[in-house]
Amino acid sequence: MSERSERSTAVRVLPAHDSDAGQRILTALRTPGGAVFVLAGLLLIAIIVSNPNFADPGSLIRFAGRTAPIAIAAMGQYYVIVSGEFDLSMAAVIATQVVVAGNVIGQDEALIVPGLVLMLVIGALIGIVNGLATTLLKVPSFIVTLGTMLALTGLVRYITGGAATGNPSDAFRNIGRGGIQDVPILGIIPYSLLIFLVLATLAAWLMRRPFGRTLVAVGDNPDAARYAGTSVWWLKTRAFVISSLSATVAGILLVGYAGVHPSVGSGYEFAAITAVVVGGVVLGGGRGWVLSAAAGAYALELLFLLLTSLGVQSTWRNTVQGVIIIVAVALAGRTWRAVRRPTRGEPEPAPSASSPPPAPPGSRRTGDS
Amino acid sequence: MSAAPKPEGGPSMSEMRVARSLSSTTIVYLVLLLAVVVGAGITASRGRNFFSIGNLDNVFTMMTILGLIAVGQTLVILVGSLDLSVPFVVSLSSVTAGGLMAGQTGRIVPAVLVTLLVGAAIGLVNGLVVSRLAVHGFIATLGMGLILSGYLASNYQGSHGEAPRAFRLLDATRIGPVPMATLIMLTFAMLAILLLRRTRLGHHLYAVGGNADIARMSGVRTTSPVVAAHVICSMLSAVAGLLLLARLGVGQPTVGAQGSYDLMSIAAVVLGGTLLGGGKGNVVGTIAGVAIFAVLDNVMGVMELNPFLKDVVRGVVIIVAVAVYARREIDRRPPRFGAEPPPGQAAIEEEAR
Repeated sequence: MSERSERSTAVRVLPAHDSDAGQRILTALRTPGGAVFVLAGLLLIAIIVSNPNFADPGSLIRFAGRTAPIAIAAMGQYYVIVSGEFDLSMAAVIATQVVVAGNVIGQDEALIVPGLVLMLVIGALIGIVNGLATTLLKVPSFIVTLGTMLALTGLVRYITGGAATGNPSDAFRNIGRGGIQDVPILGIIPYSLLIFLVLATLAAWLMRRPFGRTLVAVGDNPDAARYAGTSVWWLKTRAFVISSLSATVAGILLVGYAGVHPSVGSGYEFAAITAVVVGGVVLGGGRGWVLSAAAGAYALELLFLLLTSLGVQSTWRNTVQGVIIIVAVALAGRTWRAVRRPTRGEPEPAPSASSPPPAPPGSRRTGDS
Repeated sequence: MSAAPKPEGGPSMSEMRVARSLSSTTIVYLVLLLAVVVGAGITASRGRNFFSIGNLDNVFTMMTILGLIAVGQTLVILVGSLDLSVPFVVSLSSVTAGGLMAGQTGRIVPAVLVTLLVGAAIGLVNGLVVSRLAVHGFIATLGMGLILSGYLASNYQGSHGEAPRAFRLLDATRIGPVPMATLIMLTFAMLAILLLRRTRLGHHLYAVGGNADIARMSGVRTTSPVVAAHVICSMLSAVAGLLLLARLGVGQPTVGAQGSYDLMSIAAVVLGGTLLGGGKGNVVGTIAGVAIFAVLDNVMGVMELNPFLKDVVRGVVIIVAVAVYARREIDRRPPRFGAEPPPGQAAIEEEAR
């Protein structure tokens, strides 16, 4: 299956890809998924200009480690969004895992491994419930994950009474806040950053596998994917499992930073969706790259950092974030359409992101004159 | 037909047919009836009367705010968008009107008008961003919600302004067991029903929500229904904020977020049988969806259930209730090109196995 698809792309390359590597990277940077890397770079430069202390490699690497949980969550959310669904239960999963960690593992270091296994199993189970309710019961994923969000949040607050409970051992918390000490130049390499890098590599690899390719196809056109022999329900269920598992990992890392409280991770569902969307991934599925989602998370955190270093009141953070996501998505939508339109009508594409092409002959514009 | 009894016991063929011929609105009302009957039973077992004036008043009060917002949300969802900015519009209108009234009776009318205008302006921006800039409604209104929440957090700490006594009477007045505010909500619901059934705009809402491309090719302007739905939704949220101001007496910058009206109103709309993708559904079902939530809340209150467990029950009920007819909705869609599957599909599916 995978071999066939790879060979067929080798025979007939899309015109947009039929050029040397440097050209292709330049083209990619003009798509929303590539532009987010440029955006993150520009924000980083702006921060360093406004606050030269940040250029210190040590503080850069600590920032990268601190942002790892949200980037990991964004990558998980990407799988669900690219398949055309939503996962609103992410924050609730994080809170659940944090409380599980606090109460199951406690001070006993021998329980760390069984505790981690238990958390991953719980995460996978939540993902399976979300996925099966969406695919087999045909409930919109927005509603399913809203339901699991309410149920999990309620359950966690009921069990903990809404207050901080349990205190996992320092060895466990070190996963989130510790790192490899005494590294030359950098000072410390946070474990969270290493985990993020491993997962990002894994995610990028997975998206090149048949699973990833089919997932994007399902998001783009579920009917066509089904007629091509894809079992859509199983594919989407796996996407939900990946999302819940990534929330679990984010939860494990957050225990280190934030400790055990049922409100840890609150707001992560919208933060992750925002990051994914800023990364140029289209809601509704079928467009975008998984690493762009992670870059979107970093771009957002860099933006917040820039606002802080410019002395903007923290209460205005939300407003700026709101403007940014609307502008980002409006621009992204424009670019995706501009990239896409020429390939539909004519064989010779003219990638003109600058000027909108005149109505191609035979398009549906003839209908409404 | 619509009054057909709910089939009980094992589903035989004829009963299945009865169940299939029920509209989803009828099913929602049957679920509501079930909720009322079970709720009344549980309330009675606690030695209290579900139908007592005080209890009904409680249910109606719970329905009012969410009902207003859900009616607006229904229009937005029907046209194929979403509105996540409603809680912040509610908060904003509550503090705006509270600040403008400042406890003086003579300033009620201008304050209400300004608040409604602010709501309309927010809806206009939402609608234009969704329709003109082609931003997904989820993102456009999430962004608008963030913008408003930043403004609220930066400019208002704690409660703000004061409603005069005359305005607070709006909440305190009752006609029989029904609070005045609930009647206002029901009036707006009736207007929305008329809008959807009797006006051109209403029909265009369905057309654009069902398939924007086909609506455009059929000569429907796709921008105006989207903008209109968003404007109406934001204005109804502003009305909800005004009613909350009347209830609380002061403007509260967090009152909308506390109610999590964004997600709950969407849940109520979907519970009422409206398709989340747009183009199918109605306000009558939405009111039943809101009523189901209110009855559920009321009964859980009577049972003195832990408030955190209430969320668990709500979450499970949302999924289960929607699952009951979500499957059906798919099956009931009329076949487009005859009942036969496209030629070759069976073979393809066979091969896939």
